[in-house]
Amino acid sequence: MSTTVAGSHAHDEAHGAHAHGSFLSTYVFSLDHKVIGIQFLFSTMLWLFVGGLLALGIRWQLAWPWTEMPVIGKILFAKEGGQISPEFYTMLVTMHASVMIFFVIIPILAGAFGNYLIPLMVGADDMAFPTLNMLSYWFMWPAFALMICSFFVEGGASAAGWTSYPTLSAIPQAAPGSHTGQTLWLWGLIFVGISSMMGSVNYMTTIIQMRAPGLTMFRLPMTIWGMFITAVLQAFALPVLTAALFMQVLDRMVGTGFFIPEGLIVNGQSAGPGGGQPLLWQHLFWFYSHPAVYIMILPAMGMVSDILTTFARKPLFGYKPMVYSISGIAGLGFIVWGHHMFMSGMNPALGTTFMVSTMMIALPSAVKTFNWLGTIWGGKIEFTTPMLFALSFVCMFIIGGLSGIFMAATPVDIFIHDTYFIVAHFHYVLFAGTAMGVFGGIYFWFPKMFGRMMNEPVGKLHFFLTFIFLNGTFYPMHILGAGGFPRRLADPYHYETFKHLLAMNQFMTICAICMGFSQFLLVGNMAYSLFFGPKAGRNPWKANSLEWMAPSPPGHGNFDFQPVAYRGPYEYNFPGHDTDYYPQIEPPRPGEKQPEHH
Amino acid sequence: MGKFWSFLFLLVPVLGVGLFVWAPFNHHWLPRDVSAHGYQIDHLFNFILGLTGVVFIVTEMLLFWFLWRYDGKTNKSPVKFTHGSHNLEIVWTILPAATLLFIAIYQMNAWADVKMHKPDMLPTVEVTARQFEWRLRYPGKDGKLGTEDDLFHVNELHVPVDEMTLVKLDSADVLHDFFLPHMRIKQDAVPGTSIPVWFKPVQSGEYDLVCAELCGWGHYKMKGRLFVESRSDYERFLAELEKKQTATNVEKKAEAEE
Repeated sequence: MSTTVAGSHAHDEAHGAHAHGSFLSTYVFSLDHKVIGIQFLFSTMLWLFVGGLLALGIRWQLAWPWTEMPVIGKILFAKEGGQISPEFYTMLVTMHASVMIFFVIIPILAGAFGNYLIPLMVGADDMAFPTLNMLSYWFMWPAFALMICSFFVEGGASAAGWTSYPTLSAIPQAAPGSHTGQTLWLWGLIFVGISSMMGSVNYMTTIIQMRAPGLTMFRLPMTIWGMFITAVLQAFALPVLTAALFMQVLDRMVGTGFFIPEGLIVNGQSAGPGGGQPLLWQHLFWFYSHPAVYIMILPAMGMVSDILTTFARKPLFGYKPMVYSISGIAGLGFIVWGHHMFMSGMNPALGTTFMVSTMMIALPSAVKTFNWLGTIWGGKIEFTTPMLFALSFVCMFIIGGLSGIFMAATPVDIFIHDTYFIVAHFHYVLFAGTAMGVFGGIYFWFPKMFGRMMNEPVGKLHFFLTFIFLNGTFYPMHILGAGGFPRRLADPYHYETFKHLLAMNQFMTICAICMGFSQFLLVGNMAYSLFFGPKAGRNPWKANSLEWMAPSPPGHGNFDFQPVAYRGPYEYNFPGHDTDYYPQIEPPRPGEKQPEHH
Repeated sequence: MGKFWSFLFLLVPVLGVGLFVWAPFNHHWLPRDVSAHGYQIDHLFNFILGLTGVVFIVTEMLLFWFLWRYDGKTNKSPVKFTHGSHNLEIVWTILPAATLLFIAIYQMNAWADVKMHKPDMLPTVEVTARQFEWRLRYPGKDGKLGTEDDLFHVNELHVPVDEMTLVKLDSADVLHDFFLPHMRIKQDAVPGTSIPVWFKPVQSGEYDLVCAELCGWGHYKMKGRLFVESRSDYERFLAELEKKQTATNVEKKAEAEE
């Protein structure tokens, strides 16, 4: 079942080359899943900074439209007198979303946490395919480079929205960003897709093939279940996105016209012979990007489940229903893509079908929320920083989940589609949900990754400020949406209907700026703790799962012994046991009744 | 500190509900509905708001209470060692499933009214969206689009009050979206496809016509106006449009002959 059975000695010989290798093979082109995970973590955090700055640009324009940006305006927008131009605004919304989705959330969950945690949590010495794993990181770099370059080419970066709807995206003269910028964007995403696919194959194989003896599928931590289902989703959905991306590349470079109808005159120029359909792109794009929504949250749900049990000192409530829920989300996730297209001109009867499947996908999310509440009920809660972030995930995911029901209801969607209501919804799921889960994950596993504890008071201050300001930024968006306030509009205030919403937007922007500054607490805390944090030891949180049994940080090959799992990872406060935790590797005491899952 | 954090989480339902109570009374709410069908959409919005509001309050209060009660520092009772409850799982699967199914069925008629039951009539007006304006074409005296007496206009859409308006929606270049907030109407305009849109305004007045689909750098300024007016005003508008157009045509002809 596991390649580690051969023991650490054989392993040292096999991997000895990079254990004592040069700087390049140890830290740059490393085959070690832990180094690759940390590479992903630091790269994606840099991109988080870029994506955050782009977001603040959007917020600035919405609060003080057509005014000079203080300090940096004159440097960035010298030609426009320090203010954001309308074409740059469309680039801001496009690139903020593209960066956050494809360079931050997906790679930080699967690339950073997936890579770091999967082998450790299943008790393996590394991934199934270490070289593929290294390539999955390095294939992100062409994508990084293409995205950065796209800002500096003629016409600027892609400006057709992260959804890149044709014909705006497919016809070069339709928008400034649809010149070279859009082509670079498409190639960038193709590279991200290749990277994700290599990761996905690796995660599935590792989880299925390399689990430690005794570690059955139903003894896996929820983090691993989240990563596993995510990998399955990637494997099935990505080929469709890749095909769609290539089709758009061909439309732009060769003139195939898959997505361009005939006879269009755009900006005074013919758009070619056409013969295609813009809606085809939307179907293909959302066939991937709806499952991708779950790719962006399932691993975080898993991480949050692990953090909640650890600090509630209680078993996970309803382990199997939790597993069935994420599997259900994955299955249903493939038949709900049409809910992004209710207003697209798609057959309205088909809209009704997608509405019903969309309503149903709310169900597994509800079940998960109830089980999280069940998990903290009757526990002994320790309010550590990771726990606070995990609790806020549950608290905020309730908001994000419930607001989804409004949009699923097709008649209501007529009014709130493409307004700030949807912006509120996905920021509650992706920022208040996933990003808070990721922050929790960083505080939780940092001691394992670097062998040192992070500073708790600073961590709590970071949590407090982020929690306050994120709600100040995103919660009022629901009200804007109810007012019909449209998204992606550089200046909504010249419509009489939206004039009065300016003050609320200014409040939100102030909150967003404060939230941005609060993140320096995280960066500072990480940087300081990396060198000066107190030594963590193997199991600082007194947790059960396998990764906590390895040294902190684990050496090459991860474990200095052969891990064997005797039970699931959530046996906290097991009756009759002398400590309040019961690690998976601890053999049962003679005569002790072993726990069974329900 | 546990009590402090519990209170922080309590702020979410308190302020969250508070804002939704404050907003409708302070003009931060759905714009006035002036359509015949809009009440169904507003009713559904409020219905779902009520339903999700209850779930929101209950779950967030439970979260607060659990944090308060089971704070490890003060909770002296032993941990409830349990792996879950089969009965609870069944209850909290079936209850939401039934509720969601109810919402799904409950809304179907409203959707069909706005998007599926197309009125049996000739189009009142053809709206062609293009970067960054709304081109309008009225059928003229013969009531048919595409004939010589068609009348053309830009950005100012006039429609008669209390009558069904059927719009033939087109796009000349990229995706746009025909959004009438007060009319509770939204529909993407897709190049290469004509999409019918219908609504019946019930109050005269001037309203915004918004482009709600990113259509390029000038998306923000693709602004139109909707004029809902009495039948006689509407006909006067068409007559004036015709007069102006004939005058221009005569001028053009004269120029051509010279």
